[in-house]
Amino acid sequence: MVETFDKRDVISEVISLGATVLLLTVLSTAYLATRGQDKNGVAWMFAGSALAGLLSGIVLALFVLTTTLIDMRGVFINVKPSLISLLTLKQENLTLGIVYLIGTSTVTGLVGAVLYRTPGRVRQALLIAFLCVLTLGVMQELLRVTFSNIGFLAQLIKSLYEKNGLSVIGAAGIFIVTFTLTLVWSFAQSPVQARIAGLSSRGQFILKSSVFLLLFAALFFIPKALDNIYIGEVLANVGLFILMGLGLNIVVGFAGLLDLGYVAFFAIGAYTVGVLTSPERGGTLNFWEALPFAIAIAVLFGFILGIPVLKIRGDYLAIVTMGFGEIIRILVLSDFLRPWLGGAGGIVGIPKAEILGFQFAGPIEIYYIILIGIFIVVFLAIRLKDSRLGRAWMAIREDEDVAQAMGINLVWTKLIAFAIGASFAGISGAIFATKLSTIYPQSFKFDVSINVLALLILGGMGSIPGVIIGALMVVGLPELFREFEDFRFLVYGAALVVMMQLRPEGLWPETLHMRELHHEHAPPEPASTDSIPAN
Amino acid sequence: MQLVRRFLPLVIGIYLLLFFGPLAGFDFFRIVGEIYNKPSLLLQQLINGLANGSIVAIVALGYTLVYGIIELVNFAHGDVFMLGAFMALTVIGATGVTETSTASEKLTAALLAGAAAIIFCGVINVIIERFAYRRLRNAPRLAPLISAIGVSFIVQNIGLFWGGLRSFFPIMGVNSAAPKAFPDLIGRVDVFKDWFGLDLPITLSTKELMVIVVAAALMVGLRLLVQYTKIGKAMRATAENRDAAKIMGIDIDRVISFTFLLGGALAGAAGLMFGLYNNTVVFTMGFTGGLRAFTSAVLGGIGNITGAMFGGILIGLLAAFSDQYFSSRWTNAWVFAILVTVMVFRPTGLMGENVGQKA
Repeated sequence: MVETFDKRDVISEVISLGATVLLLTVLSTAYLATRGQDKNGVAWMFAGSALAGLLSGIVLALFVLTTTLIDMRGVFINVKPSLISLLTLKQENLTLGIVYLIGTSTVTGLVGAVLYRTPGRVRQALLIAFLCVLTLGVMQELLRVTFSNIGFLAQLIKSLYEKNGLSVIGAAGIFIVTFTLTLVWSFAQSPVQARIAGLSSRGQFILKSSVFLLLFAALFFIPKALDNIYIGEVLANVGLFILMGLGLNIVVGFAGLLDLGYVAFFAIGAYTVGVLTSPERGGTLNFWEALPFAIAIAVLFGFILGIPVLKIRGDYLAIVTMGFGEIIRILVLSDFLRPWLGGAGGIVGIPKAEILGFQFAGPIEIYYIILIGIFIVVFLAIRLKDSRLGRAWMAIREDEDVAQAMGINLVWTKLIAFAIGASFAGISGAIFATKLSTIYPQSFKFDVSINVLALLILGGMGSIPGVIIGALMVVGLPELFREFEDFRFLVYGAALVVMMQLRPEGLWPETLHMRELHHEHAPPEPASTDSIPAN
Repeated sequence: MQLVRRFLPLVIGIYLLLFFGPLAGFDFFRIVGEIYNKPSLLLQQLINGLANGSIVAIVALGYTLVYGIIELVNFAHGDVFMLGAFMALTVIGATGVTETSTASEKLTAALLAGAAAIIFCGVINVIIERFAYRRLRNAPRLAPLISAIGVSFIVQNIGLFWGGLRSFFPIMGVNSAAPKAFPDLIGRVDVFKDWFGLDLPITLSTKELMVIVVAAALMVGLRLLVQYTKIGKAMRATAENRDAAKIMGIDIDRVISFTFLLGGALAGAAGLMFGLYNNTVVFTMGFTGGLRAFTSAVLGGIGNITGAMFGGILIGLLAAFSDQYFSSRWTNAWVFAILVTVMVFRPTGLMGENVGQKA
């Protein structure tokens, strides 16, 4: 894994991704070490951070020494010469390399202290600028492919990059531009926000809708302008997961019912379209005629699966829904349903969607169907969230007993949550079927449910923009790091744990939810099961 | 009227089973016919089910202990069980014992592997609690659960990675994801025939005997530990009411850590037993094993130690029965069906007290 990191350069010929990660680790260690030393004075602080850097350097140096002197390839399978060369910063001479390593670590440690001393505004700007350079450095290949059709952008990219990463000048340029912009924005942010808040409600509405229209136009025209199948494919996959994420968001995020068998509804949507449209299975409908059936059947199953689990709470619900997800897959695989669903062979020859003779064949065309679907679903989700029903869901999420005492019909409200969540997944599955033309039971494994859950957690439960950010990260980012495909679920698992520990509200949290979470963290409330919380 | 209402779900259930059961291999008349023609097969399956069920029960104890004390379904527990099997396999590989070694060598290797697996899994479980759950003890209920799902994925990937270390552990075989052969250290000696000279139509091999005896010993040991030692008392007090226990001077963190240690150790022992009994381990076995064990814990009444044991044995029997008479492909579906049925009609399990508020 470390080795694959080293093959990529962030800045061509200067620093590789592996070295960046290494230095970042040392830096954050030193930064954390500095954090407690404030009260002892500046000198102590610098000494502490330098010591932290030095220690990390020495540990790494010891590692290098032992691995080069004793052959430990058997123990650390990942230790290959390239790792050693990475650790010693590409020095041929071992002693010199170790001196370099310790020296660089100490200096990095000091940088950590300096970073700690800089004012928050500047530190934030530095951090964002650094992240921009890192991201752009890693995204080189993608950007090249993306903008190869647009003349001046292709020129710009050519000038920014060298063969294996950013050029030094390009990196410096990006750094300075983003740094200045962030700094300026940090000063301008509050006046601008005040101006917006000062506008009349009409003005705010116009502003909001124009931003929305601009966004829509950008999403609508960019893929067409790029005209790149790979980008279309990635965007379409992200879109399918956004649709599913929005559905699961209603079940988990709004109503607080942890559903681990969500893939079942995705599968139901896909198989309905498959059975109804594929000529191989005797289907005669076209995609648009089959779509309402897919949604209806998904909703029906949402009800059917919802009824028995209504009484079940919390942890149990997670396992039971997981069971349903597996049962649906076993059913699809069974001999009994083979004549209709094709067993392990799946359904092939699902026709593409068509409007007035225009065929939605390629990923970019499918992308438009998905885009429109997302807009409709986002609209529905926003409206639902603020509706009476949405507030009832959130009341159930917070406290079921109190919600019931307030006159909320638990059974009906939960069932509706399941059904609406299922319908969104049904749409997603239907589009998935027409996108691939072939569906196999293998596409509907437990992993999909976990993907959707992970994107929800990353983005922030209950937050609609969070779903979009989460989907971009969970589905989009792995496309950038193709060589780490094997470790994908390791990363998801780690992300779930780390998010729960450090930022349970997600990356783009819903304001209300964030307030509650942080309120709960502040005074550790005694765990009482029988008394109603005072607030 | 009261009677009708009481038995209506049961009647509906039986009708549903008779109508839809055949889809999942539950063909009542065929099964009755098969059993009538060859009753010894049923007895044989009961013995197999008892052995597999004992292993499931030991894993279930880990779920039930943890749930009893912090009301968390430790999703990662099944995967810790998998790590136990991998640890045992690694140690046996390192000792170089094969199926042709002498009995004393085999015994030493098995004991070493057991000790290593038990210590390793116990420690791993404590580490998991420390880093993934402790901070979330007062967080909203979903948080530790999601954290547990994450840990489960991490541990599963550790298993996958471990299985790929063939240059260091040749016993792991070529493919990291493929099932690995676990050396058959016990052998299949028919107890009835070779030890007692009885000629019965069914066989009870030394393997099954070993599993059942070890599992029974572990369960009795756990029971005694929880019932009669000081730390056991502290565990029961913490499970009953954490705050009151704290006021009484019990170190809650220590008790919870100890509970995880105990659960992990049991999972390690179960991992070794699974390997010795089934002679194959794979990195995904934690998922299926964990699912069955969790179902057993729920079936017996989660939080209840005796319940978990009986639940485990029942699930083992059901799985063996389903493998023989329904279809092994449907076994997991049947296990799930049992789980759903129990949760809907008797959420407290067969012998659980009322935990409706907690669940």
